[in-house]
Amino acid sequence: MIPVSAFLVLSTLLFFLGVFGFVTRRNLVAMLISVELVLNAADMNFAVFNRILFPGQMEGMFFTLFSIGISAAETAVALAIIINVYRNYHSDQVNSIENMKF
Amino acid sequence: MEYSYSFLILLLPFLSFLVLGLCGMKMKEKVAFGIGTTVLGVLWCLSLYTAYEYFFAVGRDAAGLYPTVTAFNLTWLDFGKAPLFGTELIFNIGFRLTPISVMMLVVITTVSFMVHIYSLGYMAERDEEYRVEGYEKGFQRFYAFLSLFTMSMLGLVVATNIFQMYLFWELVGVCSYLLIGFYYPKHAAVHASKKAFIVTRFADLFFLIGILFYSYYVGTFNFDLNADPTIANRLPMAVNILPVALFLMFIGGAGKSAMFPLHIWLPDAMEGPTPVSALIHAATMVVAGVFQVASLMPIWLKYAPNTLHYVAYIAAFTAFYAAAVACTQRDIKRGLAFSTISQIAYMLVALGVCSAVEGEGSVGYMASMFHLFTHAMFKALLFLCSGAIIVIIGSNFKDYMGGLHKYMPITNWCFFFACLCISGIPPFSGFFSKDEIVAACFHFSPFLGWFMTLVSGMTAFYMFRLYYVIFWGKSYYEADPENRRKPQEVPAIMWGPLVFLCIVGCLCGLIPFGHFVSLDGHAEDIAIQTFAIWTWPSVAWVSIVVAIIGIGLATWMYKSGENPVPDMLKRRMPKLHEAALQRFYIDDAWQFFTHKIVFGLFSKPIAWFDRRVIDGTFNFLAWGTQTAGETIRPWQSGDVRQYAAWFITGTVALTLVLLCIL
Amino acid sequence: MANLVMFCILAVVILGSAFMCVMTKSIMRAATFLLFVLFGVAGIYFLLDYTFLGAAQISVYAGGITMMYIFAIQLVSKRTLQNLVERFRGSRVCQGLLISVVGLVTVAVVLIKNQFINQALTVADVEVPMNQIGAALVGSEKYGYVLPFEFISLFLLACIVGAIMIARKEDKK
Repeated sequence: MIPVSAFLVLSTLLFFLGVFGFVTRRNLVAMLISVELVLNAADMNFAVFNRILFPGQMEGMFFTLFSIGISAAETAVALAIIINVYRNYHSDQVNSIENMKF
Repeated sequence: MEYSYSFLILLLPFLSFLVLGLCGMKMKEKVAFGIGTTVLGVLWCLSLYTAYEYFFAVGRDAAGLYPTVTAFNLTWLDFGKAPLFGTELIFNIGFRLTPISVMMLVVITTVSFMVHIYSLGYMAERDEEYRVEGYEKGFQRFYAFLSLFTMSMLGLVVATNIFQMYLFWELVGVCSYLLIGFYYPKHAAVHASKKAFIVTRFADLFFLIGILFYSYYVGTFNFDLNADPTIANRLPMAVNILPVALFLMFIGGAGKSAMFPLHIWLPDAMEGPTPVSALIHAATMVVAGVFQVASLMPIWLKYAPNTLHYVAYIAAFTAFYAAAVACTQRDIKRGLAFSTISQIAYMLVALGVCSAVEGEGSVGYMASMFHLFTHAMFKALLFLCSGAIIVIIGSNFKDYMGGLHKYMPITNWCFFFACLCISGIPPFSGFFSKDEIVAACFHFSPFLGWFMTLVSGMTAFYMFRLYYVIFWGKSYYEADPENRRKPQEVPAIMWGPLVFLCIVGCLCGLIPFGHFVSLDGHAEDIAIQTFAIWTWPSVAWVSIVVAIIGIGLATWMYKSGENPVPDMLKRRMPKLHEAALQRFYIDDAWQFFTHKIVFGLFSKPIAWFDRRVIDGTFNFLAWGTQTAGETIRPWQSGDVRQYAAWFITGTVALTLVLLCIL
Repeated sequence: MANLVMFCILAVVILGSAFMCVMTKSIMRAATFLLFVLFGVAGIYFLLDYTFLGAAQISVYAGGITMMYIFAIQLVSKRTLQNLVERFRGSRVCQGLLISVVGLVTVAVVLIKNQFINQALTVADVEVPMNQIGAALVGSEKYGYVLPFEFISLFLLACIVGAIMIARKEDKK
């Protein structure tokens, strides 16, 4: 039997690896990939909680399912934006869109 | 409704002001002149018609009095029941005809009409041969202001209540300011206009306070305290405050009418164009104070008869002071300005010596109004004459004049007759009005009577001094005819009004004025006109003798080109001469008072407080906001990762806080 | 026991790949490591007997999204492909590390303080039946998900249209 805390520690580690990546990477695509890691960690938590704490129900599983769908949509839009940024600024570094500031 | 056309009297000049003021720059000068003068002509006819209607067609009512007619009275501001005021607070603007306001209508429109015509000649640019080359810059503006002034002055004299009077009072002040500063590129004109505005404004502050006292305690703005029965209940409480309120209002009037020590603005106001000096600073606006006191005369007599005599003392001193200063002035317009101050003081003396005594007590009122009427005519004439001289000579100073009688005969005769008028030589108008005033003074106190007789002698002296140094004596032109312009008579557009005013001014003394204007409303004969007191020794004879002495003295001293006597006097009494030339240092005293005392003791600390504390507060707020903005701004770096880092930090911190709590 | 072994293997794969994913300098490699992470997470789902979820993870995430990344990377930067990539900035790394460690500790404390993980139930190793999932997914009664299902399909459509709108070339006006 796998202790539930093992799953949770795994997902937490994955989450903060994603956060670490998001904060440190300067490339827009790499940042997006880090976001995917964070998302996956959250998804995994949903599934784990559902399966181990409330096995008779399916909310967590469906939430994960929809989350996968939404992350697909999100990735599509985000990548479209990144491609556009690249086209306009000829750079995919995050600093290049700093004229959004002020 | 009778006088239903009367709204036109206020509306027409206002429309003329709007048209000339808004579209004037697009017009040719002649068109602007045409509009302004036509409107004034119509107004003049309307005023004469009103006077005819009021005095003759309608005439006296059953009680034998000229009725007070309110042609219309519109509610301008209605504050309803005002909590502090105690009664309904309503400001009305209307049109009220009384004998004196009808008289003022005639005076204002006559002089204004003449000035409108005259100004076409005066405001022209002329070449070496005095031919018209063009018109002065701002010609249309000049006529627009004249229209506005006429409207304001008419509104003032027909005011149905004190507040309306105050409103138009301030408007004429603004017009005066605008017209004195007409030549605004000239430094002196700007200073003079500021001085005039500030001094009269300062006096008007007292007027306003007086109005507030009056209306607060009496509960009305109306002149007539008997009209409203509810006021009667309040009057016992108001009796103690009424003298103060009336005197405060008089201070406002003293400012406008240039009474000592608030007279300092009027001589400087001569920086404006001469027609303006004639209209505003001699004939109409400056008598507003006299008119105001006269309007309130029944209240003065009933509630503040003793305070009223202070008016007489102040005015008597002013008359003497101004006459003394006028004897030395080198600038002919300044000389005339001091003469104006002196003559207005005469009117106020006459009002001040009024009393409730039956018969003799009311002489002063009628005499004052009569003198106002005649003085307006001949003083406007004197100013217009001096304007004609200034046009030809190109300077205000007597040193450039002299011997002009050969070159300017019409102006010469007009000026001469005007001088006879003001000196009080029968049968010219000034004799009747001024001697009536002197007679009223004798009724009041012999000392004041002799004092005013002395001043009237001085008047004759300084007027003829002015006349001789301008028209006789050594000619400036003849001293060097090669290089100097030859003077000549002014064109008809200018001498026309002169001749008209000369005829009116000389003959208006024969009007039985007391039949139209008197204190109690009943017909009253002017003693001198009835020839009842032509027995020696009487006031009339004394006046004539004193006037002739004054004229003779002036003739002896100034008729010839050489002035040995005045020069000798100047050498003998240099201090006195210098003091009189410097107007007895009153201007300097005011300068000291305003600059050293007012500015130093009050304005400076206030300015410091304003700059340091009030501005400082807001500067601090602005600085704080800006600094905070500058500090926070870099956080908005546009760096998404930075945002994410802060976001997560915040979340973690929040979680930790929750953990600690739970 | 086999489950535990499987879990350990999957955990090592996931964490290792994730670590490499965020630490590698090449974007392409990062995408590849992401793929491994996704596979690992799918494995976890299988381990939890959510076979349908695992299949969806593989097909949508690993199959679809990763492909999208690959295409985007190819489109975006040639330099990135040639491994001429970013350098890490020391201060930034420290900051990220600090945040991550503090966050990790915080979450760990939360987990330890929590009571409900002790309520874990032992469940039989049976997968959730497919027909039950299907019925719930298009069911309209209680615990039926037809509304979110339809909503997410529309949402996907909208996102695809939006993505095309954003990414297409500007009209030359």
